[in-house]
Amino acid sequence: MSEPKVGVITFPGSLDDADARRAVVAMGGDAVALWHAEHDLAGVDAVILPGGFSYGDYLRCGAIAARAPIMDEVRAFAERGGPVLGICNGFQILCEAELLPGALIRSASLRFVCEDIWLRVETSQTCLTRGLTPGETIEIPVKHGEGQWVATPGQLERVEGDGLVVFRYSAPDGQLSDATNPNGATNHIAGVRNPAGNVVGLMPHPEHAVDPDVGPTGGQPLFASLFEAALAGASA
Amino acid sequence: MTAFTFEVLVSLKPGLLDPQGKAVEGSLPAMGFDNVTGVRVGKHIKLTVEAADEAAATTQVQEMATRVLSNPVIEEFEVLEVAEA
Repeated sequence: MSEPKVGVITFPGSLDDADARRAVVAMGGDAVALWHAEHDLAGVDAVILPGGFSYGDYLRCGAIAARAPIMDEVRAFAERGGPVLGICNGFQILCEAELLPGALIRSASLRFVCEDIWLRVETSQTCLTRGLTPGETIEIPVKHGEGQWVATPGQLERVEGDGLVVFRYSAPDGQLSDATNPNGATNHIAGVRNPAGNVVGLMPHPEHAVDPDVGPTGGQPLFASLFEAALAGASA
Repeated sequence: MTAFTFEVLVSLKPGLLDPQGKAVEGSLPAMGFDNVTGVRVGKHIKLTVEAADEAAATTQVQEMATRVLSNPVIEEFEVLEVAEA
């Protein structure tokens, strides 16, 4: 298998860009650093918007980054079918850019949550889960203060009705309960996709879950899927 | 061109958790203000627009409020014109 070129965008205030690049390399990919102020994706096969606090979370989480110059190229890349992954703040940015439905607000507990949790995979129709089976669970960390996914009633109906939920916070056996919902997200939703499945956002951090020496490895199958989608090209 | 100054008031939609409002409300009884409910904290954005006339300026501020100053998924806004600067 040739190496997919995976771009990781750094915005002012991004924190997990280096970890995302390291995870890409650890999983056998070629990591490409991209800069928010450029109008250039450097010919990458997939794009990651990493976690952090872009622009200090000013105005709203992800609001300013969603209007950054490089987002024109991300939008065009997504429209061509290119795989785009938003992690944590990257998910907030994709929602603010209206590439994904909903919004992320302060967690119901009002606390910053930092722990390993379980996700139930809801669909394999995405660039991030094509190698997984619906119902399967993976262990992965979350770390955020504003991760409660909410939506308008119309959006929620479409997200649930059209199968746009990618992950739900669950117990290891896949059961859903308030105890396994770290931030009070609507319907336990941890990640969503666009209708085509090539744009995915999630609050948990797959890039922190690829190295068995430092924690759970639930991120490995997600990166493997992303690489497959990246290598399959814009038609994926 | 004339400069027009506006204030845009942005608030979380009713029903959405407002942790700042909740925290402020929680602090008031300790100060003896035990008759306060419904505290909501929003944003106040002041800006000046150069435009041909007031109508054009107002239309532009409405558009900016919809597209970036607020997020229609979770927030509502009100535009107040303060003064012709």
